[in-house]
Amino acid sequence: MFCEKAMELVRELHRAPEGQLPAFNEDGLRQVLEEMKALYEQNQSDVNEVKSGGQSDLIPTIKFRHCSLLRNRRCAVAYLYDRLLRIRALRWEYGSVLPNALRFHMSAEEMEWFNRYKKSLATYMRSLGGDEGLDITQDMKPPKSLYIEVRCLKDYGEFEVDDGTSVLLKKNSQHFLPRWKCEQLVRQGILEHVLS
Amino acid sequence: MTEELDLTGQDSDAGSEEVVLTPAELIERLEQAWMNEKFAPELLESKSEIVECVMEQLDHMEENLRRAKKGDLKVSIHRMEMERIRYVLSSYLRCRLMKIEKFFPHILEKEKTPHEGELSSLSPEELVFAKQYMANTETYLKNVALKHMPPNLQTVDLLRSVPKPDLDSYVFLRVKERQENILVEPETDEQRDYVIDLEEGSQHLIRYKTIAPLVASGAVQLI
Repeated sequence: MFCEKAMELVRELHRAPEGQLPAFNEDGLRQVLEEMKALYEQNQSDVNEVKSGGQSDLIPTIKFRHCSLLRNRRCAVAYLYDRLLRIRALRWEYGSVLPNALRFHMSAEEMEWFNRYKKSLATYMRSLGGDEGLDITQDMKPPKSLYIEVRCLKDYGEFEVDDGTSVLLKKNSQHFLPRWKCEQLVRQGILEHVLS
Repeated sequence: MTEELDLTGQDSDAGSEEVVLTPAELIERLEQAWMNEKFAPELLESKSEIVECVMEQLDHMEENLRRAKKGDLKVSIHRMEMERIRYVLSSYLRCRLMKIEKFFPHILEKEKTPHEGELSSLSPEELVFAKQYMANTETYLKNVALKHMPPNLQTVDLLRSVPKPDLDSYVFLRVKERQENILVEPETDEQRDYVIDLEEGSQHLIRYKTIAPLVASGAVQLI
């Protein structure tokens, strides 16, 4: 049946839970495009036959193929667009530098889209007034307290706090640090908020 | 509170309003704009003057804190306040960006035709962001898929494919200014439209479309 491959692409994304980005199915997309090409060429020749010979019993087949073409396009564009939305969410979750595991799942063009999105977002945030603008990817949750207890999960090195003193973040060390400084590190998995 | 730190009332000299707002009033306006934006299904009017003033306010507070004595208890309290304000402001701007990204073809289409007396729903920077987002996405789809498709299928009408905001969704609101004779349209064919009055201070659950202009004018507050 036509559009099988296109449906498979959509199902693949439907199965992946929100926030997860499966590997880019280049093969699948290529097959959908090839099927579209074949359907279109068949339609072209049939349309010519109808125009010259007047064989109107080909018309239902032409219409059917056209519907399959539209469905293929809809599934393909839905697949690509949904992936873009997931990639966009990655910028808000992980920051500007994506973990390597995720980068391997993205195609080169998706990476380009991501870079352009990053840049556009950065320009917008910088324009928000003040000297450096406002980083709205921070402060994702309402602040509960000024300082939080954090435990270091991985070796990170020196970390500078507001009044100039620096803290050495070694694995398993615990610190009492200002919340707004740690937020990004907590999201990246380097620090862990200790709730005792 | 902020008066104690030697902060005089800020003028909102940005924008066409010539109202002098105290810092407390400014933050209240920010919170109202934030709640309205969170609960409205569509993108609301851009409140850039409030954003600018709040940013200025935060800068002033930061300055004052830097000059203040270290270890003073007031410093912690004011820092907490700054954090809270920054959270509300960031959340407000994030909410707007999300709606812009979600409904970008419709929002940009609306911007093309200027309406008389209606303020733009996008700040100039948001407009730039929206246009870049649209161009970025269109170019991507064209290069990866559309240009490899048969010639008569190479353009996708984004206005038809991207869903519009659901203006019929229900919202909670509190009435700030008394309204009379609001026409409520029927949902099904069996119902008829009827007229209601909104008393000041009352709370309602109503379709957004019915009261959309009241949100814009400030007569009701979404909660």
